[in-house]
Amino acid sequence: MAELKNLVLGRKTVEDLDEGDEIPNELMTLNMGPSHPAMHGTVRIVLKVDGERIVEGDVQPGYLHRCFEKESEYATYSQIFPYTDRLNYVSPMLNNVGYAMAVEKMMGLTSEIPERAEYIRVLVGEVSRVTDHMTCLGAAAMEVGAFTPFLYLLKARDWLFTLLEELSGARLTYSYVRVGGVVKDLTPTFLDHLDHNIDETEKVLDECQSMLLNNRIFRDRMEDVGPLSAEDAKNYGLTGPCLRACGVDYDVRKDFPYSIYDRFEFDVPVGTKGDCFDRFLVRMEEMRQSIRILRQARAQIPDGPVMADDPRVSMPPKRETYNTIEAMIRHFKHIMDGIRVPPGQSYSFTEGGNGELGFFVVADGTGRPYKCYVRSPSLINLQTVGDTIKGAFISDIVPIFGMINMIGGECDK
Amino acid sequence: MSEQVLATLEKKFGEAIASTHIELGDACAVVDPQKLLEIATFLRDDPAMAFDVPVFCTCNDRLGEEPRFEVFYALLSLEHKHRIRLICRLPEDKPEIQSLSGLWKGFGWLERETYDMYGIHFEGHGDLRRLYMYDEFEGYPLRKDYPKDKRQPLVRRDFSST
Repeated sequence: MAELKNLVLGRKTVEDLDEGDEIPNELMTLNMGPSHPAMHGTVRIVLKVDGERIVEGDVQPGYLHRCFEKESEYATYSQIFPYTDRLNYVSPMLNNVGYAMAVEKMMGLTSEIPERAEYIRVLVGEVSRVTDHMTCLGAAAMEVGAFTPFLYLLKARDWLFTLLEELSGARLTYSYVRVGGVVKDLTPTFLDHLDHNIDETEKVLDECQSMLLNNRIFRDRMEDVGPLSAEDAKNYGLTGPCLRACGVDYDVRKDFPYSIYDRFEFDVPVGTKGDCFDRFLVRMEEMRQSIRILRQARAQIPDGPVMADDPRVSMPPKRETYNTIEAMIRHFKHIMDGIRVPPGQSYSFTEGGNGELGFFVVADGTGRPYKCYVRSPSLINLQTVGDTIKGAFISDIVPIFGMINMIGGECDK
Repeated sequence: MSEQVLATLEKKFGEAIASTHIELGDACAVVDPQKLLEIATFLRDDPAMAFDVPVFCTCNDRLGEEPRFEVFYALLSLEHKHRIRLICRLPEDKPEIQSLSGLWKGFGWLERETYDMYGIHFEGHGDLRRLYMYDEFEGYPLRKDYPKDKRQPLVRRDFSST
């Protein structure tokens, strides 16, 4: 028993003390969050600490709950796009695409999406993946004391935001994707700006990597901190960069290819130990692979329409709406009643910024979903934190939490 | 691939599998809630099944139909690259089901979320607290008979006693 207690606590309890042993402290309960300067997200961790060591941590999410699922039940299928923007708000395009694909799957439209629209979705999605990882790495580096990479990465992120702003008019909440395609074609200058920006972004990535990779403080704070075995990771349902850092080769884009991802050549980086440093390296490499996909997609992109020619999902051209009664009524029904999705249940999943982003939709034949559940990777990834911080120091919470990349909007729905 | 999983399940568990179907490419099995744990254990441990990753757990409130609640468990096998969705139908007056959090740790929070939103009780969960809402929250917000604009009573916590 004494040995077991020793293992759990990391020290002897008062009754097991031998002569000359130091008298242990009592466990202290400590609140970290919901608003804490070292954690970029509203989450509360109730810690039981023995000095600096964590004996137990109870992670409590929910401070950013905005009733995504309840609101979705009262919104038409098109009106849900702005809500999905606000799930993972550092990679909204990926959420847009994931949700659009879920509705398309239910309507049997998956193969009807025009080629050009698919390419545009890949382009904007991969740009969003880069912005997502940049935010994660930049913020995590800043929290362990490296402020410069944070500024560099956010500078590059801003270029990419400007790029997407050119398409949608918004910097963060794009709502650019629609069921059946995307809302409008690329601007004439978009591809040139993309070329320029990804070249510049690559330079910033090299700069940041050289600043962090051989930085003693950064490596001390990251290496061997919060490791997770592949078995545990799978058992927890971990996906995305955090799972791949544990050495499990699972990427939805490769294992369950969707859209046109089977046409691109890219590698899936995996780690070995699953600690914070592996997670950092995996994300760094993933950004490079995303840029690789962007270059290929940019070279292959064909001309053509960007919206499926299906009156169930596409809006009539404005010229017709204002001049013919049929188009006017179609427009009206589209806005007021929404897209009619045949009754059924389906789960559709894509590779989001943090892992497998899934939408489980139950339709009842009306223009509004009966149920719209989102499998948010952040929530499932965050669940592992309670386990990984056990036995770590309080200061280790910061890199562990940073590398999980918990995005409040997605985690708390 | 998914057809094989469903066929094996039907052959092995017979009565406990009410029906199986493939809907829009998703393999689904409607299972007896009493036998859920047994079936799930088989799905996890059998080498031909090897469902090692929990995907999601949620519920659907079919207000006006009986049984009212449908609880979904989605599983994924990384080895065989197949997926399955288990569906358990639960009556309105006794929304109780065996917890799978002992088999896959990932279901721990997902079941808490389902309890929080739909009031489904998971037996043997061990830590069935609300996940998103606070403890004093009244009702279950994602049930269909919970009005969207419902107000909650003001909570006053007495911190002096703790």
